[in-house]
Amino acid sequence: MSYTSIQPIPQRHWWRMRVGPDEKIWITVAYAWCLVMLVWMVGWYFVGNQNQAGEAFRVTVDGFVDKMDQMIEQHQLTDASGELMAEGDSEIPVVQVPVGGDIFLAARQFEWPVIPVLELGKEYTFHLSSADVNHGFSLLPINVNLQLMPGYDYVLRFTPNKTGIYRFVCNEYCGLGHHLMAGKLYVIDTANNIVLDGKGGITGGGA
Amino acid sequence: MTTATLRNPQDFITCPDTGQNINKPVIALAKAHIFTAVVYLLAGGALGLLVALTRWPAIHLLPSELFYIALTGHGAAVLLFWCHIFEVGVAYYFCTSPINARLATPKIAWFSFWLMVVGSAMGTVMVLLGQATVMFSAYPPLKAHPLFYLGVILFAVGALIPMFIILATLIKAKNERTYEGSMPLATFGTLIYAIIAIFTWVMGAVIFIPTLLWSMGLISNIDPQMYRLVFWALAHSTQQVNICMHITIWYSLAAILFGARPLNEKVSRMAFVLYLFALQLGSVHHLLSDPGSSFTWRTFNTSYAGYLAVLGSLIHGLTVPGGIELAQRRRGLNNGLFEWLRKAPWGNPVFSGFFMSVVFFGFLGGITGVTMSNQQINMIIHNTAYVPGHFHGTVATGTTLAFMAFSFWFVPFITRTKLAAPKLANMSVWLFGMGMSVFAVFFMAAGHLGAPRRHWDITFADAALKFDFSATVHMLTTVAEIGAAIGGVGALFFIISILGTFMGKKVADGVSVVPQLAEPAGVVAARLHGGTEPHIKGLEVPGSLVLCMLLLTFLVVYYFAQFKYMATIWGIH
Ligand code: HEM
Ligand SMILES: [Cu+2]
Ligand SMILES: [Cu+2]
Repeated sequence: MSYTSIQPIPQRHWWRMRVGPDEKIWITVAYAWCLVMLVWMVGWYFVGNQNQAGEAFRVTVDGFVDKMDQMIEQHQLTDASGELMAEGDSEIPVVQVPVGGDIFLAARQFEWPVIPVLELGKEYTFHLSSADVNHGFSLLPINVNLQLMPGYDYVLRFTPNKTGIYRFVCNEYCGLGHHLMAGKLYVIDTANNIVLDGKGGITGGGA
Repeated sequence: MTTATLRNPQDFITCPDTGQNINKPVIALAKAHIFTAVVYLLAGGALGLLVALTRWPAIHLLPSELFYIALTGHGAAVLLFWCHIFEVGVAYYFCTSPINARLATPKIAWFSFWLMVVGSAMGTVMVLLGQATVMFSAYPPLKAHPLFYLGVILFAVGALIPMFIILATLIKAKNERTYEGSMPLATFGTLIYAIIAIFTWVMGAVIFIPTLLWSMGLISNIDPQMYRLVFWALAHSTQQVNICMHITIWYSLAAILFGARPLNEKVSRMAFVLYLFALQLGSVHHLLSDPGSSFTWRTFNTSYAGYLAVLGSLIHGLTVPGGIELAQRRRGLNNGLFEWLRKAPWGNPVFSGFFMSVVFFGFLGGITGVTMSNQQINMIIHNTAYVPGHFHGTVATGTTLAFMAFSFWFVPFITRTKLAAPKLANMSVWLFGMGMSVFAVFFMAAGHLGAPRRHWDITFADAALKFDFSATVHMLTTVAEIGAAIGGVGALFFIISILGTFMGKKVADGVSVVPQLAEPAGVVAARLHGGTEPHIKGLEVPGSLVLCMLLLTFLVVYYFAQFKYMATIWGIH
């Protein structure tokens, strides 16, 4: 056949030309793999333990921030001397809602305004949103990453499976102070006496 | 080489080296587009280098604001302006020369060229002035200067018009019967490219016109989720446009260098058509970790639709190297699995760049892209350094490397000038290919450990709450950025060679600037076998099939490794 990919095809009925065995094998195997991925993805939704589809609701920014402020007011922890617990130069409140409770977190330029405290193995309902522009919620070191947007309440239930100090980092560009957005979260286990040490760490757990 | 008799020969110049007929206006248009595109690669590459030298922890070159300006400029200049201006220039060639057609309405083509130039320049200037430090994605409510959006809109319109010119050219050629038989695969790929690009740039107008009005205060609110949906319908499709063109270039280079034809016309064309079906829906893989979409919707869009596009790419992954393999075997390089590949012209940057582009696009960009568009895995990757790692595997070592390789053939061909600085040209594809792959791999590794993308300082030195990544992350980032810097040098060598060629002197009559086109492999085989091309029993291209199976094995292992990790973290519902 005297033509190449940059010359017109002289054969009249080229679409009836035989498909070689190599191509048949490859297309079959490749498509089978695509189907495996499809079945696996659907299966993971029903059987797997990590699915971020969640639910989302339209909210107003003010309404959402009010809820976050209420939560802080009701559930901010106090230390041994009765003072409200807060960390960092901007006094970010340390907040522990009752087990199974709702946690409201509206990221804003350029901070994570709540430091949540969670109990190991208990499920919490997180409401994630933004008070201004898009932010990226990146929970470290487990590397869970979600897109946060103003006007949307992203509802996900988290069940921590390891005590320790976790971090939030913003990984969606949100303005010139984007790189200032480091936040914090504690997972404690009161039953086994792994609790806050009041100095920004936890006893019995990692620093 | 030309079978049909040429109509309107006065409108054509016949290349003395290849015998190809080129429509005169196409020569000037292709030169203008490619020259402009390379200038954007220069600007964008320089900005990329500055970004890399800033993310390199030990150097940390730019202050924060300049870093974000440079990053916005890099994304826009290379992703939008370099790729798409280049493609239009090449597409004008593919829709005319292979079928002896004349370009419809060259005047309008010049008009759209200037629209692209003005629009892209306006956008770039606003970015460099610090008036649009919003990244190329420009998610509202972050706001840029109205002229930035206006620039993008002008560019999009300038990129849209050529697609209609391409369609008109093909219709006119058909009516004028400039060729016999069916259009070549290269032209068919260009047709699919044009159709996808029409959808793409219309989406650009749909999203950027309201955003422009909003930035001028005429509209009070742009819904951020709606923006991301339509924006990615634009920006994902721009990648599909890039892919269509670089695959068209792959097939063409296989024809130019080896006289290759597709293993099977129907299969290769279907693979292009799959891109067309899957295109709008596939863009949802950018929203998998966003609020507000159901499981069913995500699944439909990323699997049914996404996998059709994946299947298309996997097919090209066999048929492109397969075409080379078959052509080489027909020439007698028939020993073992890989003699055809070993004895390929590795010293010629047109081939080495081309083949690296095929391999890296599959092994770096492809495997990781398929994995991260699984909706659950997306959560452990979204917005981390993994993402730029992945797409430098697609758009840098895939698309850009293919364009570089093609330029080394195409620019001498249209300028009738010898390739300048051939030694630099030869080094450039290796430096760029290897450097960018190191960047891709190591940046992805850093992303697996949570390093964020688009980030000036992962030591958080000025943050209210202190935090620093592990030494491993800094080490991985360092290696990645060294790779990026090497890649940047490679890009620079390419630019020197190509701009040098543009500035060079036309050769005298009778001197050749590009080799003759390789004789069609089928003709060679027939001559070697006394008249007819022999029929192959069994596998035609075993070597390429082995390469593909290797790719699939990597993909399967990598895919399940991600799930294995994910199963160890918190429950998330
Ligand atoms: C010339 C050598 C290149 C170098 C040194 C380079 C380097 C980089 C670096 C360091 C980043 C920053 C990643 C981050 O911090 O998030 C980046 C981002 C990016 N690069 Fe490149 N790159 C090069 C070539 C290319 C090419 C050829 C393309 C596309 C055709 C490209 C497209 C992009 C895009 C779209 C981004 C993302 C910008 C954003 O996040 O808004 N790069 N590049
Ligand atoms: Cu941010
Ligand atoms: Cu995409």
